Amino acid sequence: MSAKKNDWVQIYFVALKPEERASNIPEDTKKVPLEIKIKGFLQNDFAEIGDEVEIKTTAGRKVSGKMIAVNPIYDHNFGKPIDELLHIGNELREEGEKIE
Amino acid sequence: MKKLNKSSYDSILSRKNEIMKKSVGVDYSQYEYEGIGFDYESMMNASGYELGEIKKIQKETGVGTTPLIELKNINALIKKYSEKGKGARIFVKDEEKNPSGSFKDRRASVSVYKAKEMGYKGVIAATSGNYGAAVASQAAKRGLKSIIVQETYDSKGIGQPEILEKTRACEAYGAEVVQLSVGPELFYYFLILLEETGYFNASLYTPYGINGVETLGWEIATQSKELLGKYPDVVVSTHAGGGITTGTARGLKKAGALNTRVYGASVDLTGLHMASDNDFNRKSFTTGHTGFGIPFATFPDRSDVPRNAARVLRYMDKYLLVTQGEVFYVTEMLANIEGMLRGPAGNTSLAAAFALAREMNEDKIIVVNETEYTGAGKLPSAQLTFAKENGIEIKRGNPIDEIPGKNIIIPENPSQIIYKDYPMVNLKKSYLKQILKSTKKENLTENDFDYLIEELKSNMIEIKALLNEEEN
Repeated sequence: MSAKKNDWVQIYFVALKPEERASNIPEDTKKVPLEIKIKGFLQNDFAEIGDEVEIKTTAGRKVSGKMIAVNPIYDHNFGKPIDELLHIGNELREEGEKIE
Repeated sequence: MKKLNKSSYDSILSRKNEIMKKSVGVDYSQYEYEGIGFDYESMMNASGYELGEIKKIQKETGVGTTPLIELKNINALIKKYSEKGKGARIFVKDEEKNPSGSFKDRRASVSVYKAKEMGYKGVIAATSGNYGAAVASQAAKRGLKSIIVQETYDSKGIGQPEILEKTRACEAYGAEVVQLSVGPELFYYFLILLEETGYFNASLYTPYGINGVETLGWEIATQSKELLGKYPDVVVSTHAGGGITTGTARGLKKAGALNTRVYGASVDLTGLHMASDNDFNRKSFTTGHTGFGIPFATFPDRSDVPRNAARVLRYMDKYLLVTQGEVFYVTEMLANIEGMLRGPAGNTSLAAAFALAREMNEDKIIVVNETEYTGAGKLPSAQLTFAKENGIEIKRGNPIDEIPGKNIIIPENPSQIIYKDYPMVNLKKSYLKQILKSTKKENLTENDFDYLIEELKSNMIEIKALLNEEEN
């Protein structure tokens, strides 16, 4: 996928390599880099996913990194119906009817 | 924009105090005195605003004056599950009614006002919680820029759904959101941003943030008096960083509710490490849990400012732990029989209050001091779908058997909601251990003891006994 100047994109960069990380953190965390993702308007005239680019954030900062998404979607959602939760409403309403 | 590396990391750390001083508008050094302590009350007046002025500041941006609502159907259920004469009534402060959907607007309002007054062009906050949206929303109202720094992903790039929702909310209010993978070094990137932008540090833990919550305690006291003719007997407050509990307790006192007891409540996440990449997506609560609650109670100055204004051991009378499953259950209860879709993290205190109410006399009043907005990513269905995808077992049963990171047990009936009374004395012991370690102090002076008595809401005899235990 490609993007042109002023498209809304997301960049990625490694802030700290594993060997640069703080000493007082758990071993599993120490094995992986500290990574950062930021969104903003593309400053390059043209870029493809994976290119090193510069963006301007809504706060006006210029930041560079690898472009990983163009017009990134919000894909968190309401989840699936959960059987362990679905019955609670009726159970409690029935309790209420018994009270009255 | 400089890129972070080991040398800039060390050098930025060495300039921490200087950066903080420039960005936070409080000269913390003026409140320090000889020994381990500092002048907390003078620091709390650093904003220079009285409660009346804070109410005015909050009114300007539509913050506060939320309704206090009796949970009548839940209270009927409590009566049914209580012995004769027992079953206190629960009222909830519907903080979801604030502009960005949580009590955090109170906290952000004063900081952003102060930032504007002092001529800052923008504000920055490090938060993965509702506070980000609150800062972004208040900044939008006051015409300032905002940057929110969030711990969002594990090393596989998988984001916690609740935090992804908070990213969306912040961006909707116009904030720049910086998303990081797991790790406390977030703080160093936060310092770099402060230095680069010259923005105001809208930390959760400045006096402004806590002053802003005092109106919550004040409103609870005055609304309760108006509605019921008396102050609440107990306020239950979800405890993570300590801000809501500290601010509420201070506000209650300012309103004259001197006998109202303040109980903290957290979701028990014992066994999960907060800085662990593997554990990050094995929890279904990103706040309101023991992973913040215990360290922030016992070592408040671990925060992003030199002296944390949120100091719960000064105010908390009891500390109650509930399980993830219990909080999801009361979240369903609140939606299904009270018609209020809220939470879930903010309902931690409601779960504890439910169990507590069954033990208290029927003429007693419990106030739960918050609700929060919910939706995609936050809802129990979103969190439990995510939990299942991460290999967490979900089942109905007795929540007492819940093991954080392994399973989530949804109660089968209301009688299975119980709280675990975490001993306050353990928190105090741990506090003393931390303070002696961090200050490297061996002989405590009279000044030090006076400070500890205030800090731990304690007395000389108890503190000396705890110190003796520590030595042995």
